[in-house]
Amino acid sequence: MIELAGLTKRYGEKMAVDDLTFTVRPGIVTGFLGPNGAGKSTTMRMMLGLDRPTAGDVRIDGRHYDRLKDPLKYIGALLDAKAMHGGRSAYNHLLCLAQSNGIPRGRVAEVLDTVGLTGVARKKAKGFSLGMGQRLGIAGALLGDPRILMFDEPVNGLDPEGIHWIRTLMKSLAAQGRTVFVSSHLMSEMALTADHLVVIGQGRLLADTSMAEFIEQNSRSYVRVRSPQRERLLDVLHEAGVTVVESGSGALEVDGGKAEHIGELAAQHQIVLHELSPQQASLEEAFMRLTAESVEYHAHSDGPAEPRPAWGDGWERS
Amino acid sequence: MAAIQVVRSEWTKIRSVASTVWTLSLAVVVTIALGMLISALTKNEFDNMSAKDRLSFDPTYISFAGMSLGQLAMIVFGVLVVSNEYSTGMIRTSLAAVPQRGTFLAGKIGVATGLALVVSMATSFVAFFLGQAMLGSHKTALGDPHVLRAVIGGGLYMTLIAVFSMGVAAMLRSPMLSLGILMPFFFLISNILGNVSATKKIGRFLPDQAGSRIMRVVPRIDDDTPYGPWGGLGIMLVWVVAALLGGYVLLRRRDA
Repeated sequence: MIELAGLTKRYGEKMAVDDLTFTVRPGIVTGFLGPNGAGKSTTMRMMLGLDRPTAGDVRIDGRHYDRLKDPLKYIGALLDAKAMHGGRSAYNHLLCLAQSNGIPRGRVAEVLDTVGLTGVARKKAKGFSLGMGQRLGIAGALLGDPRILMFDEPVNGLDPEGIHWIRTLMKSLAAQGRTVFVSSHLMSEMALTADHLVVIGQGRLLADTSMAEFIEQNSRSYVRVRSPQRERLLDVLHEAGVTVVESGSGALEVDGGKAEHIGELAAQHQIVLHELSPQQASLEEAFMRLTAESVEYHAHSDGPAEPRPAWGDGWERS
Repeated sequence: MAAIQVVRSEWTKIRSVASTVWTLSLAVVVTIALGMLISALTKNEFDNMSAKDRLSFDPTYISFAGMSLGQLAMIVFGVLVVSNEYSTGMIRTSLAAVPQRGTFLAGKIGVATGLALVVSMATSFVAFFLGQAMLGSHKTALGDPHVLRAVIGGGLYMTLIAVFSMGVAAMLRSPMLSLGILMPFFFLISNILGNVSATKKIGRFLPDQAGSRIMRVVPRIDDDTPYGPWGGLGIMLVWVVAALLGGYVLLRRRDA
């Protein structure tokens, strides 16, 4: 169990993490979601005692991180796949971590096997692909067989097979009763793995809820209708007391409506339909709405500037 | 957190990177080879030397002539041992494993110092014996007064240069910055300060100049240095302790 109480980190004038209070519970996967720059990594670094909070407190099983004897046996973390010396072999990287926490040497081979790196155990880490680096980082997190696991953006840059492997691993770790805390900036990723959701934006807590509850509250279902006799259809639906929203591209959206009901109404009035489809707003959209206020780096929505002709392009014509 | 666990872990770290082997071998080879070369040249030039130079001729010190260059490799060793944690990002993994930062730094510097001491002592003795062999009839022996002190002192000097570099690297974190300050300082600035009469009095309190006094058996003529061999090493030790304390305080305070 990880407990945060009023956790705050300020860099000069900028609030990176602003008064976060929540609890990460055992036995489930807790997703830690927020746009880039929301303060997720800073929060995780403070949990591990790497960064000092400006105010507030984090406790791991009731204790401060630096009070844990052999901390890798309590909490294993993957913060950054590159947080290792590239000139050291995978085996030696794990061995020095194991020795520092009094973990038996035999455990190194075990975790290498778990993450599928046994074949390259003696190879230097700098030759590893991003996916192999992530696996080595995860091996380091599993080394002390900890009750709590923490992963910062574990699927970043992984191929589909690697992503699938990590999802399965996190679920099985939670199923063993461990506390699993995983950050991501992708709602779709969280929807597949997390049971509980903590959402932050600009360092502030935006939501702390179960995944099911979040889906129920934030997923909007509607029926999309398209017809060449749009005006007539609008009238008919209006008469029937159905609320219609006009969306762009000429389609109509009926909130909470039943496709069957709308189809029957159209048939009665002999209106031609080109589309009649039930829709579910994605969780990604719900997440975007939730964090819209707090996104720090807005991309400009207009397309890239017209490319200028490269210098010398016109020489043939002159 | 048992300190022995940290020592074991740091030993694995230090022996599993290539930079340890090549910096230390370079320090050994350069110190010994250059010492032999300069000893051999001195033997051939001895007859042309002035009477004054012959009076202050110090066969022990001549055989350590290679240290001026060999110490640069020791500096690189000391800097890399500490700063590669930062340049690779390993520091976050290391401090998550050992959150007691004082224990972490002490373990790391303790292990690196132990290794540097063994290598430096061996280098100092080998440089002495091979240097004497080159000097032919002008040689001295380990049993002569103060010679053993100078040879052991040579090993301590090299070790302390490495530890000083570790402290500086712990403060500065960046290997490039640390080397960019330490290398020109010990290779150029300290020599210039020590040889220009206006700055000579300050120059001899610098770590390398004070520390290297212990390798001299025959003092220079009209030498007015206000400290003896052990006093000089003491001054160097003060520099080393200051660098280590600075590194510790900053490591305690900083976010990793």
